[in-house]
Amino acid sequence: MSYDKRFDGRQFQELRKMEAKVGVVPSAQGSAMFKIGNTVAIAAVRGPREVRPRFMQDPTQGLLRCHYNMMPFSGHGDRVRPGGGRRSKEISMIMEQALRPVINLQDFPNAMIEVFVELPQTDAGTRCAGITAAAMALAHAGYEMKDLVTSVALGKVGNQIVADVNYDEEAYEGEGGSTDIPIAIVPSTGEVTLLQLDGEVTQEDLKKVIELGTKAAADIFAVQQQALKDAFKETA
Amino acid sequence: MNREHLLKALAKGVRYDGRKLDEYRPVKVEKDVSHSAEGSAKVTIGATEVIVGVKMGCEKPYSDTPEEGNLMVNVELLPLSADRHEPGPPTQEGIELSRVTDRGIRESKALDVKKLCVTKGELVWNIMVDACTLNDDGGMFDAIGLGAMAALQNAKYPELEDGVVNYDKKSDVGVPLDRDPLPVTVYKAGPHLFVDPTIQEQLFADSRLTISVTRENTIVALQKGGPGTLTVADIDTMVGIALKKAPELRKAL
Repeated sequence: MSYDKRFDGRQFQELRKMEAKVGVVPSAQGSAMFKIGNTVAIAAVRGPREVRPRFMQDPTQGLLRCHYNMMPFSGHGDRVRPGGGRRSKEISMIMEQALRPVINLQDFPNAMIEVFVELPQTDAGTRCAGITAAAMALAHAGYEMKDLVTSVALGKVGNQIVADVNYDEEAYEGEGGSTDIPIAIVPSTGEVTLLQLDGEVTQEDLKKVIELGTKAAADIFAVQQQALKDAFKETA
Repeated sequence: MNREHLLKALAKGVRYDGRKLDEYRPVKVEKDVSHSAEGSAKVTIGATEVIVGVKMGCEKPYSDTPEEGNLMVNVELLPLSADRHEPGPPTQEGIELSRVTDRGIRESKALDVKKLCVTKGELVWNIMVDACTLNDDGGMFDAIGLGAMAALQNAKYPELEDGVVNYDKKSDVGVPLDRDPLPVTVYKAGPHLFVDPTIQEQLFADSRLTISVTRENTIVALQKGGPGTLTVADIDTMVGIALKKAPELRKAL
């Protein structure tokens, strides 16, 4: 049996319904919520503040630090124990690397900007939703950026290349299995700032995946832009 | 703003945001806000915002209580929610919030833990309540207490299939919740008593008393906090304020 119809009835290239809003954490310099399907990410930007431990300070530029965290009740199944583990440490690191290329921290020597990403509910694609929300939060905070970053979880489910996989698709056990490919893209240049893969694909498949990712990124970017525009309309 | 200025204002019976001393900011409770949790609620009190989620698990009971399920309450003071909350293990502040919230529910016997037993000595339900702060602008004891009660009221058992929980299937059966105690925290700065501080007011206060109150106007948990002292007369007044304010908060449930 091949995967010829998606579990939730979407087209193979279709993203789940998206929602975005900035300014959701009033005490933070910048903040944003991004929802895609049943995955919700909230990001807040705090700083600049002193880097600790001090040996990590960079006198030439500021440091971007990300913290990814799933709320204890946000997992699929059992409670997620708070405090984080190897998974959230790695995701935090790749989020930093996904966002760092678009932000100018020249003006913040020895200081750091911190981005806190929290997930109150999840249905796969959490790191991607986190990056998408974090980019909006950084822009909302007013840091100098050359672009946003847009991220989406692609996949190969059975023999089909699909955009925005959910939990059911991640767990697909039919022929061909499920391959998970999160990607982050700088919309204006098409540069890739995050690329991971778990599963098995051919070089041809990968090309198609990245092509699809670029297309999906444009749709997500439009949602990000609109949310930022709406926020500045309100304050104007 | 400084402490002297705050005291002067309180002496005139005014708050910086125009409220009376015994007046809460607008309180809003929204239930079922996390599709992943068995029950959830978001509480907004002014700019303070907290989301509370309930997860349920089925496990072997403790050997000294073979016929009872368990309640666990945990508070995460997320660094997302305020500059002063830093990443890392729970702080004293977070642990106190967890324990005071827990006792308010536990000591009132609001949750019938005996009804959480599936098979004596073998299988019981554990109810895990996690509160995550989204924006900390003070008054967290009351916001979290209200959120915990709302999330418990919203919680539905997942299906149990041969002793294994199927989280994809939620039943329409609620958890055995008989009562709805709520905490009211009264703060003291100088000689002045007030409720629901903004974060600035909270940081300048000398002491506080959290009073968990039932619908029947009994007191089921107390916690005096802060470095300052309370007179016996203060305590009586504070309890009176709590008994008056709890029904107001309960309307938001």
